[in-house]
Amino acid sequence: MRHPTMIFMASSWICIALLWGCIVFAADTITDEPERSTGTQQVVHGAYLARVGNCMGCHTTKSGQPFAGGRRLSTSFGIFVTPNITPDKETGIGLWSEEDFWQALHQGKSRDGRLLYPAFPYTEYTKVTRQDANAIFAYLQSLPPVSQSNPPNDIFFPYNFRPLLAIWRALYFKAGVYQLDQSQSEAWNRGAYLVRGLGHCNACHTTRNVLGAGQDDALTGGQIMGMNWYAPSLSSQLEAGVGDWTIEEIVTLLKTGITKRAVASGPMATVIRQSLQYVSQEDIHAMAVYLKSLTENESGNAPGVSFSVMSGSLRRHLDLGGQLYEKYCQTCHGVDGKGMPGIYPALAGNRSVTMKSPLNAIRSVLNGGYPPTTAENPRPYGMPPFQQILRNEEAALVVSYIRNAWGNRGSLVTAVDVDRSKGGGY
Amino acid sequence: MMRCFILLVFFCITCVANVHGGTPVEVPDTMAERVKACIICHGAEDKVGRDAYYPRIAGKPQGYLFNQLRNFRDARRYYQPMAILLENMTDEYLLEIAQYFSALQLPYPAPEQIHMQPEEIKLAERLIYSGNPEKNIPACNACHGDILMGVEPAIPGLLGLSRAYITAQLGGWRNGGIMRGQTADCMSEIAQQLTDEEANAIAKWLASQFVSGKPSPFSVLSPELAHRCSQNILENGGAK
Repeated sequence: MRHPTMIFMASSWICIALLWGCIVFAADTITDEPERSTGTQQVVHGAYLARVGNCMGCHTTKSGQPFAGGRRLSTSFGIFVTPNITPDKETGIGLWSEEDFWQALHQGKSRDGRLLYPAFPYTEYTKVTRQDANAIFAYLQSLPPVSQSNPPNDIFFPYNFRPLLAIWRALYFKAGVYQLDQSQSEAWNRGAYLVRGLGHCNACHTTRNVLGAGQDDALTGGQIMGMNWYAPSLSSQLEAGVGDWTIEEIVTLLKTGITKRAVASGPMATVIRQSLQYVSQEDIHAMAVYLKSLTENESGNAPGVSFSVMSGSLRRHLDLGGQLYEKYCQTCHGVDGKGMPGIYPALAGNRSVTMKSPLNAIRSVLNGGYPPTTAENPRPYGMPPFQQILRNEEAALVVSYIRNAWGNRGSLVTAVDVDRSKGGGY
Repeated sequence: MMRCFILLVFFCITCVANVHGGTPVEVPDTMAERVKACIICHGAEDKVGRDAYYPRIAGKPQGYLFNQLRNFRDARRYYQPMAILLENMTDEYLLEIAQYFSALQLPYPAPEQIHMQPEEIKLAERLIYSGNPEKNIPACNACHGDILMGVEPAIPGLLGLSRAYITAQLGGWRNGGIMRGQTADCMSEIAQQLTDEEANAIAKWLASQFVSGKPSPFSVLSPELAHRCSQNILENGGAK
């Protein structure tokens, strides 16, 4: 009888100590808040915000000078080349004022009044507060100037006629800082501000129309422009919605790129490596609170094949995929498709495998990949690229199989789907 | 109350046990397990598979492997399948991967059976062991080690590679360099001086040699050649 009592007492003390730690931690972060305005602190805060907004993700080339631009963004309207935003007077934004920067971020207008192409996500950045914009500007101005002229954009006719942007803006752009929703908690509002504003998640997680405008900021997923990846819906339970996840699990995915039931791959892995892993505990928690609240009305019936009506030929077709699975995939993902949570993702019940667009599953099979190397997961395990081994038909069979084994339901994949997934950036 | 607590503890323990018990996959906490994605192409058993192009990396100097991993990741050396795998890796992890493969001992496959004319062999051996001073081509073994197994820490060995791979690399160097954006690349200068006939002879000869030995120490390199190839030899491999 005494032994469990002691365990209970000890655990109570641990709980109290942890709670106390949390309170002290919270108190610390609160007392830090009001002193942002002074110079150095503003720069430090701006550096943090630039991380959260992942400015360098676009404004730095691979192995290039940080923030010196030059990265080429391929879109269906042409190639946009990101500008140099270091404080170089000739080639960067050294001559810009705080007001100029605000005009770009908030209004989508350059220093000379030219309208900016929404490849620069001012449709999201417009929600950023003036105080935060000023801090980012202060940080950028504190960087060493880099003299680097980047090539001009290469945009197709008629989109290269810039005044047309006025029409686009009238249709799809409304300037305005994020407005607090009084019916929601402070954390929710902070999360919404970061997800919909500075974090510009909607730049990828939306379906764009023929003029490149996102639907709204409901984060309902879509093909990423200029990239052969599908950014899943963040509100659908059939895709990447996290309504039924715990806050801790969402935080873990955003911070480390891997949880027991999901792994970030493709462009999301890069976003985590470059940006999200550095977001403060408080802010990432807020983002998780907001993301968890996103829900979508949906029927709940996954598309795909129903085994009860499956014909003999279809079954044989999937069996062929099963044989390939046994040969190439089973060692890591297991006979039962359960993998090793946190190391090799489960495929059974994995929404990246079963969601309507098979693109990401196909790309993962063809290209393999590693979760991002993060502070929490510094030595990740990876998936081999099978492009060198499997023909298109074989890749189609194995993806069709994993989309329909172990209770999974997803449409069948064809060799043409596999071939289409090979183009585009990565 | 106490009984409830004991039941709760028991429940927690069985939950944990279930999570582990349900998965038959065994994952050892080793580098060998972590680099499975690499050995699908670079493994011993796949050397003679469907595509003989992929180079052997086991036993190459650590600095060379580390530099190449960073070059692929940072788009200085262009090969998309490698770039995709390495995209989100830190230098620390890449160094660990380089250490692993550098220390890895794998048996070498039998050399390729390639028919060569006697004059072709003579041409290859002259370039490899003496170079061509008239065209400012140094002997291959002046930089790549007297036994052509590379030089520590950053010059690769030339043996145990397929003819297809060596030919492709010489072609890559000739067309502006394998490492983009690096000026005064010694191998670019050398490859541009080689005729097709010479490049082919070298590739055939190298691929048909028996392989043994290890990379030579850095001290074998003459100061002049070390300077000429400094871009490649430098510990940071041109990285910033």
